[in-house]
Amino acid sequence: MYGGGQVFEPSSTNNELLKDEDPKKLAEFEARIARGEKIEPKDWMPKLYRKQLIRMIEQHAHSEIIGSLPEGTWITRAPGFKRKLALMAKVQDEVGHAQLLYGAAETLGKSREQMIEDLITGKSKYSNIFNYPTFTWADSCFISWLVDAGAIVNQLANARGSYGPYCRALDRICAEESFHLKYGHHCVIHLATGTPKQRQMMQEAVNRWWAPMMHFFGPSDKISTHTEILTKWKVKMATNDECRQQFLDMYVPKIWELGLTIPDENLKKNEETGEWEFTEPDWEEFKRVINGDGPCNKERLAVRRTAEERGAWVRRALAAKTKGDKYVAPMA
Amino acid sequence: MTEEALKDLLYKIADDQLILGHRNSEWTGMGPLLEEDIAFSSMAQDKVGQSLAFYNLLHQLGEQDPDTVAFTRNAEQFHNCQLVELPSGEYDFSLIRHFLFDHAEFIRFQMLAECPIEEVAQVAKKLKGEVKYHVMHANTWVKQLSNANEEAHSKMQSALDYALPYALGIFEPSKYENDFIEAGIYAGEKAIETQWKENIHMVLEEAGLKLPDWDTLKPVYGGRYGKHTEYLQPLLSEMSEVFNEDPTADW
Repeated sequence: MYGGGQVFEPSSTNNELLKDEDPKKLAEFEARIARGEKIEPKDWMPKLYRKQLIRMIEQHAHSEIIGSLPEGTWITRAPGFKRKLALMAKVQDEVGHAQLLYGAAETLGKSREQMIEDLITGKSKYSNIFNYPTFTWADSCFISWLVDAGAIVNQLANARGSYGPYCRALDRICAEESFHLKYGHHCVIHLATGTPKQRQMMQEAVNRWWAPMMHFFGPSDKISTHTEILTKWKVKMATNDECRQQFLDMYVPKIWELGLTIPDENLKKNEETGEWEFTEPDWEEFKRVINGDGPCNKERLAVRRTAEERGAWVRRALAAKTKGDKYVAPMA
Repeated sequence: MTEEALKDLLYKIADDQLILGHRNSEWTGMGPLLEEDIAFSSMAQDKVGQSLAFYNLLHQLGEQDPDTVAFTRNAEQFHNCQLVELPSGEYDFSLIRHFLFDHAEFIRFQMLAECPIEEVAQVAKKLKGEVKYHVMHANTWVKQLSNANEEAHSKMQSALDYALPYALGIFEPSKYENDFIEAGIYAGEKAIETQWKENIHMVLEEAGLKLPDWDTLKPVYGGRYGKHTEYLQPLLSEMSEVFNEDPTADW
């Protein structure tokens, strides 16, 4: 699961990295992308392209692995066999996505170990939405349906991007996410049309998660950082606002259809422009949370750090066992 | 053989699978490496699915539906061995438990695949194929880690020493042992235990891990008769937390 709101390199770094590139090679590279060709790991690529992609794929991988925590905590409490089995499989998929994505990022030259190290030291980011708590079963259902739905919007766009290994990983991920979406929708339907207690539980989850969901696609294009070159290189395939609009268009009617309300009285579709109008999300909160000051940032990283520490002896043992063996490049 | 005896057998198998599946699922997102995270989740799904297959057989014999049976009983009504309910602990213990349990389960399903009760035989035949892979997974990792370095070796040996008395509890005799043997349902717990000792011995030898003299070990019995550790009831309360908010609701 992953939304927009990626943190890219600042433009000063962009210019620095670009100024030494061979103009002829750069022109060939850009022509290939313009023709719709995929760039593969051994192909020539500008340093900036490599750096931005590592950053983006790494953030995506981290989001999958951290994203498995708020839902994973409900596996042991899922009500009934059907939900228990489905949720286990669903969260397992998310961990599998992290594995695929770390593999894709490794093809660009950064090791999985280094990426995980950067995650637990707080150097790299992950999707903001997982810094919010799942208080009830209905919260986990909201994530399975709507956060995954948002992720699909973003990931389908990025699957048309230029870097081969990332696109192939995204194709596989989107196929699995579409099952998650069905599972989540099914859970939400049962709650929204169930007993008064279930309905209340679901409505409260929608109320809690709406603001983080609007943040999920990242800051409004009006205030988001300059990404022209990333668009040209097909690293970023749709703007934050485009993804948010698409999500609202696809899912707001479905939420309303279930008799649930959305906690934004200004939310409506402008029939003339075809655009959804809504109260501007609180971007200060978004910034605060992404920079570490959300309700669960510390807890999420602490859990991940503990998992790393508890498993360190296993990885040490494997490293001892495979010393001298040839490095096997990940499948991508 | 009475239906009561058959239910006793099916309940202990189903309860073992459910509780161990639940424990294994606790590794989701927490594994020592992503590949093992995913592997434990797969095995957890298999085990919970296997328990469902047995609860369905019990339902056909007139017991309540699987959700009610699994999510509303209390600890004293569970027939699982104590090994499976122990906290997941660290990866060394979880791996050794998985190794010891699945070796026993594979032999059990092999035997039950020949059972004269067609419905039971069919389920056992199908599940044997799944458990085979669990055993392969356990063997690979036990050997790999135990032979890797001193740190891992000593962790694996300690985990084995701790788990063995509980593992012997898998084979706690049922009060219907003789009925099963006479009716040819399967060869009984003693027979599984004997075969199990041989099978694990071979792997542990390759792993360089020591087995103690069996006579010095006191099996931890009681689970099959509803006597459990302090860990089972909290596990069940957690498992049924949402379900019991409204047991009549459709979740």
